[in-house]
Amino acid sequence: MNGVRTLATAGRVLRQLSHDPRSIALMLIAPSLLVGLFAWLFSDQEGVFDQFGGPILALFPFIVMFLITSITTLRERRSGTLERLMTTPLGKADFILGYGLAFGLMATLQAVITVTFAVLVCGLEVEGPVWQLGLVAVVDAILGTALGLLASAFARTEFQAVQFMPLIVFPQIILGGLFMPREDMPDALYAISNWLPLSYAIDTINAVTAGDEGWDVFGPLLIVVAFAVGSLILASLTLRRRTP
Amino acid sequence: MNKSVAEAVHVRGLQVRRGATEVFTGLDLDIPRGQITGLLGPSGCGKTTLMRSIVGVQRVAGGTVEVLGEPAGSRPLRHRVSYDTQAASVYADLTIHQNLRYFARLLRAPRSDVDRVIDEVGLTDQRNQTIGSLSGGQENRVSLAVAMLGDPELLVLDEPTVGLDPLLRNELWKLFRQLADKGATIIVSSHVMDEALRCDRLILMRAGRIIADTTPERLLSDTGTDDPDAAFLALIERDAAAPPDGTDDDRPHTRREARESGKAGS
Repeated sequence: MNGVRTLATAGRVLRQLSHDPRSIALMLIAPSLLVGLFAWLFSDQEGVFDQFGGPILALFPFIVMFLITSITTLRERRSGTLERLMTTPLGKADFILGYGLAFGLMATLQAVITVTFAVLVCGLEVEGPVWQLGLVAVVDAILGTALGLLASAFARTEFQAVQFMPLIVFPQIILGGLFMPREDMPDALYAISNWLPLSYAIDTINAVTAGDEGWDVFGPLLIVVAFAVGSLILASLTLRRRTP
Repeated sequence: MNKSVAEAVHVRGLQVRRGATEVFTGLDLDIPRGQITGLLGPSGCGKTTLMRSIVGVQRVAGGTVEVLGEPAGSRPLRHRVSYDTQAASVYADLTIHQNLRYFARLLRAPRSDVDRVIDEVGLTDQRNQTIGSLSGGQENRVSLAVAMLGDPELLVLDEPTVGLDPLLRNELWKLFRQLADKGATIIVSSHVMDEALRCDRLILMRAGRIIADTTPERLLSDTGTDDPDAAFLALIERDAAAPPDGTDDDRPHTRREARESGKAGS
């Protein structure tokens, strides 16, 4: 691993993004629009948005970053640039971390904008501090980036990469506790949900909105971080210098 | 002294399988240092696979490939060997200058290298244009420029002059000659036969085998012609008439075909 090459890669990814202002706008604003739509939908029902608004904040950054990352890295594989990079001194971990850093930065911006919009414009009420909500959103977006990097290793076309979303993302949403408290699920599904990182992200959000403190908030959040780090490590291990 | 140290590339018993296809079944090859070696042969004969094996991105099933005295693709070689893939492998959404800056930083090449190579491929006026706005030939030249960063000892160039007009091709070949004169080893694949005459040495391949390892002069005198196209055809026909082991030469799937049909050509 090498700091200069990691940063050079992160800089290059951001520079590529800077040539595509429409993507940046979509990345930063789309989650806020969706949160706004959600708030509007429940505007006549007291308290519903306060209940679901938080978990939604965890979902959108996760989904958006998953999609963006898996497609961007797949493009790198298919354009031949990854093959060229594998003949240079760039380490595999430098490559993955470079992407992680660049998209992590975008994820942070996105989370700050979305949480600010949800609280100030949509009137989301949380018992705990708002910055914790932002932190969960950032960690979630990084988890999406990490899983996206990993998923792209198993996709050979953009079409396949998009198909990974229903496979990897949707079950986590369905079993994450958004539609039904996890404790009320059938035992088998509850057991499965314990192995899905998004469940812990939603647990964290619920803890923050309920005003819990300490380990109730940071325990599940650490599990999400561990999943993100684990996916990044796996992603750099699945990267191969030699291909068939 | 270990003989392979004197050679740029030393291949023994190389076996490569791609899917169900046996590309190489025990290929032997030596490429001397400081020369331009041309790799020629019909599309699908294994040129790209051989080049990928030399730069160490091809998964091989057996045999050894040594480059500059080290195992192909090993860490110390990643500063010393450069590779220009057949399709321009640069970032379409970055400018020429941004592309080269990135690769220069990975190689820890001096900043001045960026301007030097842009100038060498004749793209100084376009340096701040994005790759997507360039013509195919210009894009290929950017990709070639990346391969010249950091003064590599071995340049492996897969069809670098494809799609270029004769004037530019001439310029680039002069550049290759300059690099070789300064001691670099260049392996260049082509299917334009008149370029063959500008190489020091020629490797002719067909169906995963080397059918001739010769020089331009010997190629012409052996086949009794002064036209490289005719000489090449004569060798192919000679080989087809008497294939040494009866392998059939039907290569169903080249990388180019795979890429152009939109499937993954990894």
